[in-house]
Formats: sequence, C-alpha cells, structure tokens
Amino acid sequence: MDSTIIIEKSIIILVVFAITMLMAMYSTLAERKVAAWLQDRIGPNRAGKGGILQPLADGLKLFSKEEFEPNTPNRFLFFVGPAIAMSTALMTSAVIPWGDKFHLFGRDIILQATDIDIALLYIIGILSIGVYGIMIGGWASNNKFSLMGAVRAASQMISYEVAMGLSLIALLMMTGTLSLREISLQQSEMNWNVFYQPLSFLIFLICAFAETNRTPFDLAECETELIGGYHTEYSSMKMGFYLFAEYANMFISSAILAVLFFGGYNYPGMSWAVENWGVNIANIIGIAVLFAKICGFIFFYMWVRWTIPRFRYDQLMHLGWRILIPLSIINIVITGIVILRAEIASYLGF
Amino acid sequence: MSIEAISLSGRKKLVSNKEMTFWERMYLVAIVKGLMITLRHLFSKKVTIQYPEQQRTMSPVYRGQHQLKRDEQGRENCTACGLCALSCPAEAITMKAAERKPEEKMLYREEKYASIYEINMLRCIFCGLCEEACPKDAIYLTTSKVLVPANYDREDFIFGKDKLVMPLDIAMKNAQLKNAN
Amino acid sequence: MSTILIIFCVLAAITLSTAFLTIFSRNPIHSALYLVICFFSIAGHYLLLNSQFLAIMHLIVYSGAIMILFLFTIMLMNLNKENEVHKPRITRLGAIVSFCLICIVLILVFINSKPIIGEYVHTGEDYQSIKVLGHVLLNEYMVPFEFASILLLVAMIGAVLLSKKEKTGK
Repeated sequence: MDSTIIIEKSIIILVVFAITMLMAMYSTLAERKVAAWLQDRIGPNRAGKGGILQPLADGLKLFSKEEFEPNTPNRFLFFVGPAIAMSTALMTSAVIPWGDKFHLFGRDIILQATDIDIALLYIIGILSIGVYGIMIGGWASNNKFSLMGAVRAASQMISYEVAMGLSLIALLMMTGTLSLREISLQQSEMNWNVFYQPLSFLIFLICAFAETNRTPFDLAECETELIGGYHTEYSSMKMGFYLFAEYANMFISSAILAVLFFGGYNYPGMSWAVENWGVNIANIIGIAVLFAKICGFIFFYMWVRWTIPRFRYDQLMHLGWRILIPLSIINIVITGIVILRAEIASYLGF
Repeated sequence: MSIEAISLSGRKKLVSNKEMTFWERMYLVAIVKGLMITLRHLFSKKVTIQYPEQQRTMSPVYRGQHQLKRDEQGRENCTACGLCALSCPAEAITMKAAERKPEEKMLYREEKYASIYEINMLRCIFCGLCEEACPKDAIYLTTSKVLVPANYDREDFIFGKDKLVMPLDIAMKNAQLKNAN
Repeated sequence: MSTILIIFCVLAAITLSTAFLTIFSRNPIHSALYLVICFFSIAGHYLLLNSQFLAIMHLIVYSGAIMILFLFTIMLMNLNKENEVHKPRITRLGAIVSFCLICIVLILVFINSKPIIGEYVHTGEDYQSIKVLGHVLLNEYMVPFEFASILLLVAMIGAVLLSKKEKTGK
C-alpha cells in the first residue's frame, strides 16, 4: 500500500467526519425550525442571522452546564454509554459512497472511505451494536425510568432489525451485490431501486424510523411515561452526545436510504454531463445531488415527527413482528418469482 | 325530519363504529393526508410576534392595576362611601372611613375619607365594576402593564393605600398639563 | 515481529483476559459486557484471517443479537445482589473433570490438525469474498447448508410453540 492512498483516505475520512458533524449540528437547528414552521411559528432566529449560530450557542450551553452524576455503582459504564452511542453513529459513514471517481493529478480518487464488499452487512452490524450505547447508559444510570427506556429501546431496535434485514434481502436479490458502491453504480441515470422495490423501500423506511428512535417510534424517550427515557440521568455534554448521536444517526440513515433506493449520487443526465463537462464537474453535481436527497430525507424525518403521534408499545411490536416481517418475506418471494421468470424467459429465448 | 338528522351548522358528522376496510386499516392514505395537512402549514402565514421589537397594541378596554385618584390640587377623591365594595362581585374591596380634621383640608377633598382602603388582589377579577360604581371618580383601573407582581406571602397581595393612591407628583403634573391645555 | 503478529498478540490477550473476566466477575452485567468485548476481539481474529464475512456475521449474530438478549434478561431479572446458590461438592468436581477432558480433546485436535496457512498464502486466490462463499455453500455444501437452515427453522417454531400460552378450559 503506498502512502498516497493512506493520505487520500485519511483526508476523505476527515472530511466525511467533519461533514457528518456539521450536518448533525445543523440538523438540530433544522429540527427546531421545521417544527416551528409546521406549527405556524418562526423558530429560533436570535443567534446570528436567522438563527444560523444557534447550534453553536446550544453546544456552548451544553458544555457549560453542570455535570451531574447519579449515585451509580458503575461510573465507568455511565461514561462509556454516550461514547458508544456516538462512535457507532459515526462508524457507518465509512462505507457510504459520496460520489463517483474524481480524476485529479492523474489518478482516480474514489469518494468513499472504504469499499468493502460486505458494506450492507457492515451497516446492519454497526446498527445492532448501536443498541449497546443506549442499554449500557440506561442501565448504569441506576434509575428505573432509564432502565425501562433502555429496555424498550433495545427490544424495539432488535425487533425492527429483523424486518430491516429481510427487506434488504429482496433488494440484494435484485442487485446481486452487497457493496454500496456497486449498488449506486447500478442505479445510473434514473434506474433507481425505489421504482423496482417500492415495498422494500417502504419497509426499510419504517424500520429506519424505528432504528433511529424517531417519532412515531420514540418510545425509548417517551416523556409522558418515562421522563427522558435512557438519558434521564445524563446532563451536560454527555447528554449532548446522546442527542448528537441521534442526529448523526438520522443523517447516516438518510444517506443509506438515498444510496440504496434513490440512486445515491446519480442524477438524470449524468453521463451527458460527464461527456460534455468532464468527470470532475459531473461529480461535483453528483455530490450536490446526493446531499440534496439526504436533506430531503432529513426533512421527511422531521415532517413525520410533527405529524404522526407516538405508537403505543403493543402497537409497535404488532407492527414490527406481525406486519412488517411477513410483508418483507412476501416481498422476497415476489422478487424471487420475478427474477426466476426473467431467467427462464431468457433461457428459453423469449 | 328526526332530531338526529338536523344539522344547523351543516358540519355535523355522525360517529360510526363501522368495520374499517383493508385500505383504511393500512393507514397509509391517512398518513399521507396528515402529512399534507402539516405541509400546508409549512407555507402558511406565521403568527409569531417578535416581542421586543414588535408589540401587540393594547386592547382599548384593557383594565390594569387600580388607582385611587387625586384632584388638581392633589387631594384624594375618595370619600369612603363603600359603593365600590358593594358593587365588587369578588368581595375584594374593604375600607374604613374617618372624619377629616381641619388641618388635613389639602389632603382630602371631602369631609369624610378612607383611612384604610384595601383591595385583595388575589380576589380581584379586574372587572371594573368598582370604577363604574364610584360616584366621586375616585377609583380607576389604569392601563398600566404592571399587574400584580409575584410574592411569597398572601398578605403581600392585599394592596393598601400606599400602593393604590396616585403619587402626589404625578397628580401635580397632571394638573399642570390640564392647565396648559 | 510483523505488524500482524503484534495485532494478533494484542487481540489474543484481550480475548483471553476478557474471557476469564467473564467467568470471574461477580456482577452478571459486567460478566456479559466482558463477553461482548471477547466476541469483538474474536471478530478481530477473523478479520486477521482476512475473512470479512465471517467477522461481520459474528458481530451481527453474537454481539448484535444474542448478547443483547442476554443483557436484556439479566437487566430485567435484577441479579445485582450476590444471591448465588451454593453448589454441592460433587457438581464442582464433575465440572472440573469435564473441563479437563475437553481441554485434552482440544489440545489433541490442535496438535493433530494440519496447518493449511502455508498453502493459501501463495495461491493468491479469492477464498473469502461473499461471491465465492455463496458459490461454495450453495454448490458443494448445498445439503448441509439446507439442513442447517431447516434446523434453525425447527428451533424457531419450537421456541414459539413453547412460549405460547396453552388455552385453558377446553
């Protein structure tokens, strides 16, 4: 491995990290703004022009808050909880292809931290590990509300991971690869997977809401029943880490949705742009398109949050186990039949 | 026409317990409808008033803190007739009358005055009936934005004459303004 | 020492120490968390052997699903206080004897097994990507693979049946 690749990859990782943080920061502002707009209000507009500095002010406030520690026998685990939540939220961004190849200094630069051929499994793996942050934090708080919140979050995430994985299998049967890069290459122009797998997309979307603990599935921090849920005892920047991890998760899951189902960085007319304007300019547009899609999904998350009320816990479990899982299995069967028909047709020479 | 079917406003909807169809049980249509409603609000006019810069105009019938008036010479108007206390629906006003001494002539306008005049602000409902009842134009509900401030003891909410009577310098200023006009 | 050897040593140390801590720690939650770390380091060993698929599957299945369910039950059962049941001496003796027997078997297996690393470094063939794994699993090992899936299905149905409430008053 030559050193240029290491430098190139570290730069990409740093940039992706910075962008994720920035997006998470501004998602907090966007959340408050969108909430305000949907409720006929204006929202925060005092810090900076139109409230542009509000996230900084919020961060400053969180840093200067008193650090409260409950009387817990597990001080170490109390610290580890938010750290795990944050790091797992950031780890997933490693496999997302942010753009196609750039051609700079006589070499091709791939805008992706790493292109492993098990990228999708990696994402599911990291998602399943993400539960630990909530569980450990909630348990180490030594508080019944936190524990209940943690247990709820964990059981919810485990339940919806099953449906999520099954909905992805139908997609994989179609694409035939686990690498996110190849999946986005297959969706060039308008060949987006959402047109071929709408059911899979719907199930994945619902599961993504559940996995990021967003309303209508935010039972882990259901204020009316559990005070603050798993982060009841947290304060200051540890609390900030949990909140931040939620927004980072939202950003990453929006990116995954965009890459898997909405063509990633592809846009209609990309090959024309490559021919006429060159690779680099076409790519910059591609990155902008990807980010537009991601922002659209983030807006959708917020839009749904202020529209649909929270589920009851038994409704949540009913939806996960008795509707989404059978539905995704049916989807797999349908996809299998269609693929088989196409293969038989090509075999017989139709 | 039976009474159940009459709808004077034309918006009456009967609640039914009918079985939902398959599509209705999917809730997808309902969710999309709900999303459209919130989306409409995204573009609707915002109702926020940016407070320190923008201020809502006061209602013309606004009734604030009570004040016991003085006349142009700075004498108290109140003659402790008790009509305000009688008209008060909340039983908030109480007073004790006293006779004016000759040397107090520039303090009180009438020969009888209220030595104690108290309004219990926890009871007062700011209806303004005392103002209407007063034959001497003594009590007024001002347009002051300062309403009853918070306090720790119940006794502090019983406002005596020290808080209710118009300060002397303001009365003099008013008199000067009136003369100038 | 090469980098890979150093990484291996570190990983092995973590694996062994956390495995022992799992057994020795008094608090059941700590014990479960040590086991999670142990599983993570084992996934690291798989990665060292260049088998990404196995590593990530290990992470998903063991740390992501099984250990979370474990933690779940432990948290709900509230085993914080030390309320261990005192085991009779004969059980302890039996445990020690069976542990020694398993050790002997494992050592014999390791001594007698043929090392294959030497052969596969040089061929440069792709043994690990999911494409190759899928071909091998669904061609050569089709029957055992299907048997394994049927076994899992049966286990799943059995679990559902066991946990289902029996209807009373028939």
